[in-house]
Amino acid sequence: MALSYLRSSSSRSANLLRPLSSAASLRRPISTDTTPITIETSVPFTSHQCEAPSRSVETNPSELLTFFRDMALMRRMEIAADSLYKAKLIRGFCHLYDGQEAVAVGMEAAITKKDCIITAYRDHCTFVGRGGTLLEVFAELMGRQAGCSKGKGGSMHFYKKDSNFYGGHGIVGAQVPLGCGLAFAQKYSKDESVTFALYGDGAANQGQLFEALNISALWDLPAILVCENNHYGMGTAEWRAAKSPAYYKRGDYVPGLKVDGMDALAVKQACKFAKEHALKNGPIILEMDTYRYHGHSMSDPGSTYRTRDEISGVRQERDPIERVRKLILSHDLATEKELKDIEKEVRKEVDDAIAQAKESPMPEPSELFSNVYAKGLGAESFGADRKELRATLA
Amino acid sequence: MAAIFQGVGAAATLSSSPSNSFVPKKFLTSPRRSFCVPSSVVVRSDGSVNFDLNSKSRRAQQLVANATKADSSAASSSSNPGHELLLFEALREGLEEEMERDPCVCVMGEDVGHYGGSYKVTKDLAKKFGDLRVLDTPIAENSFTGMGIGAAMTGLRPVVEGMNMGFLLLAFNQISNNCGMLHYTSGGQFTIPIVIRGPGGVGRQLGAEHSQRLESYFQSIPGIQMVACSTPYNAKGLMKAAIRSENPVILFEHVLLYNLKERIPDEDYICNLEEAEMVRPGEHVTILTYSRMRYHVMQAAKTLVNKGYDPEVIDIRSLKPFDLYTIGNSVKKTHRVLIVEECMRTGGIGASLTAAITENFNDYLDAPIMCLSSQDVPTPYAGTLEEWTVVQPAQIVTAVEQLCQ
Repeated sequence: MALSYLRSSSSRSANLLRPLSSAASLRRPISTDTTPITIETSVPFTSHQCEAPSRSVETNPSELLTFFRDMALMRRMEIAADSLYKAKLIRGFCHLYDGQEAVAVGMEAAITKKDCIITAYRDHCTFVGRGGTLLEVFAELMGRQAGCSKGKGGSMHFYKKDSNFYGGHGIVGAQVPLGCGLAFAQKYSKDESVTFALYGDGAANQGQLFEALNISALWDLPAILVCENNHYGMGTAEWRAAKSPAYYKRGDYVPGLKVDGMDALAVKQACKFAKEHALKNGPIILEMDTYRYHGHSMSDPGSTYRTRDEISGVRQERDPIERVRKLILSHDLATEKELKDIEKEVRKEVDDAIAQAKESPMPEPSELFSNVYAKGLGAESFGADRKELRATLA
Repeated sequence: MAAIFQGVGAAATLSSSPSNSFVPKKFLTSPRRSFCVPSSVVVRSDGSVNFDLNSKSRRAQQLVANATKADSSAASSSSNPGHELLLFEALREGLEEEMERDPCVCVMGEDVGHYGGSYKVTKDLAKKFGDLRVLDTPIAENSFTGMGIGAAMTGLRPVVEGMNMGFLLLAFNQISNNCGMLHYTSGGQFTIPIVIRGPGGVGRQLGAEHSQRLESYFQSIPGIQMVACSTPYNAKGLMKAAIRSENPVILFEHVLLYNLKERIPDEDYICNLEEAEMVRPGEHVTILTYSRMRYHVMQAAKTLVNKGYDPEVIDIRSLKPFDLYTIGNSVKKTHRVLIVEECMRTGGIGASLTAAITENFNDYLDAPIMCLSSQDVPTPYAGTLEEWTVVQPAQIVTAVEQLCQ
């Protein structure tokens, strides 16, 4: 039975699984099963100035299940954020990541928490990938104290210092020089880690990117620039904003790799490859070919500049969660029901987190003035803070 | 072409109707729709207007009767001339009329063309004028602002939109060094008739980086003019005047004011760029404000009137240079000044205005100038904290009471 699954599977695995009997006995417990499986990515990598990595990705049932669970969690979280926004519990700008989950999840699988990640404002899922909790996400989105930035940052300003997640930035493009700076610090401290600086196809046209890239290449910094190409910079399609939409080639003297960003395994392979490359040879650009189902943000319907057919087409053909689901089912790693149970579990987790976040209070008034400056440095003199600078005349 | 020019210091008495709908009842007594050009007005061939700064002639202009009936704006349109629209539509109308009038006017910015503008100010303009006149730029503020300035040096009149004013920080070098200084450093050879516009200010929980008040950062740049619109009427007027001006003008719009509704004249009109707007004449205290804070002030004014005060409210509109003429006359009358602004306390427009008034009109002041500004903090995301960052009407009432003791 396993063999017939494999023949009809769409995953084109190079190595066959062991026969059913041992597969059945290996099926429980799935969560710790680390038997290696090799799976081919959906499309080959295209490279620029470097050798593309192999299409065959090493993975295991445990990892695939983790992919599924994490992406389902992220998807559920973003959909829940959509409803919260419409209920006016989240306000301002809210940029959702659904459709692009494979990038966050695949990247985490290839790196450690010592490696740094920095991104722009579409950061909810990246934050969760770095270890952020759902409570921190929803509380921050609703502006509560339990949020990761104590409610003072908002959707575009998620950070997690202890797992080297550096945000969370509102002005696109500005995070790339920051990311190259992180890489510089890593090289400086010789700690064998790398930085992934994420940006979009819209921000790819920012001048500061090329400035930072030039410096990174000059100084051999372990910086990996990742262009999450979802093909639209708010309302402007990539071909209308960039003369050369081959973002992986725009580094010119810096090597680049084009990756199917809807395939978590391809992303994992590319990031692994990029990390090895960056530690030896300096910067590299990864272009993740991905897609966002929602509009640019909650104030953008997302349908004035692209057709609904396009959106539903991508959802049917390339959805990252569906791809992993098919893989899991075809390799007989879990049943349909088990996957559905995971999704139900995830849904409950999200709902619980939202309920808990709603309990969290709004910030205290004194929080308005805290963290403007770092206080308590032991110096006798008053700081630059106007409120503290008082002169008492004799 | 019968152009109607904004009467100087047009007195517009705000009636005491509820201002929840933000419909200022300006046209009850406004004399600005006179068809005859007062003799003290000098009209230049390039459309700019110089008013004779003689107070007597100003009074004469104010008393020119207008032909409209003093009707409430709720009346049917047949008896009430003009047309009603929202502020962003007024901006669009002004822009469209100028683009029709002068083929050198073009627009550049992110998502201004096919998308129609993120706040719909340029909606349908690309369809009407084509891709070359309404340009969708990539996300590269430093470059496209610089390109706009370069184009302006040759005589084109670009209108550069910053999707949010905060993004223009990326173009600061271009705005400061090239936009502001080129006319001077070239000995007058080049003029830069560019308009840089966009929404700024504190919105509804947009986060720190999207709630900036760039007027404080730009105010020191020599060579530029800065204006802030606050009503559909002055939005359209200032937009048109800015486009016609030979100097670089930065037009500050506010994210929360785009949906204000007002009835504006059908005729062609512009607003003087250097002029302040008298919103409510009074006797006890001069309240100077601009942009969104105008509405907080007017809300406080209602409370103050009930408490027996008579505040004079002036929307300064021109942030650089200040209309010290209107302001000075007001200080001379009331002897007390309260400035209400959205900039942060340190280095904001209020700080400069305080200095300017103290320097010039110190003798007329009975009390130190009070300045209410936003807190010197990055704008927090949480709604309650954000509210405390910005000046609220209750604080304005308290300040006036304190000032008038």
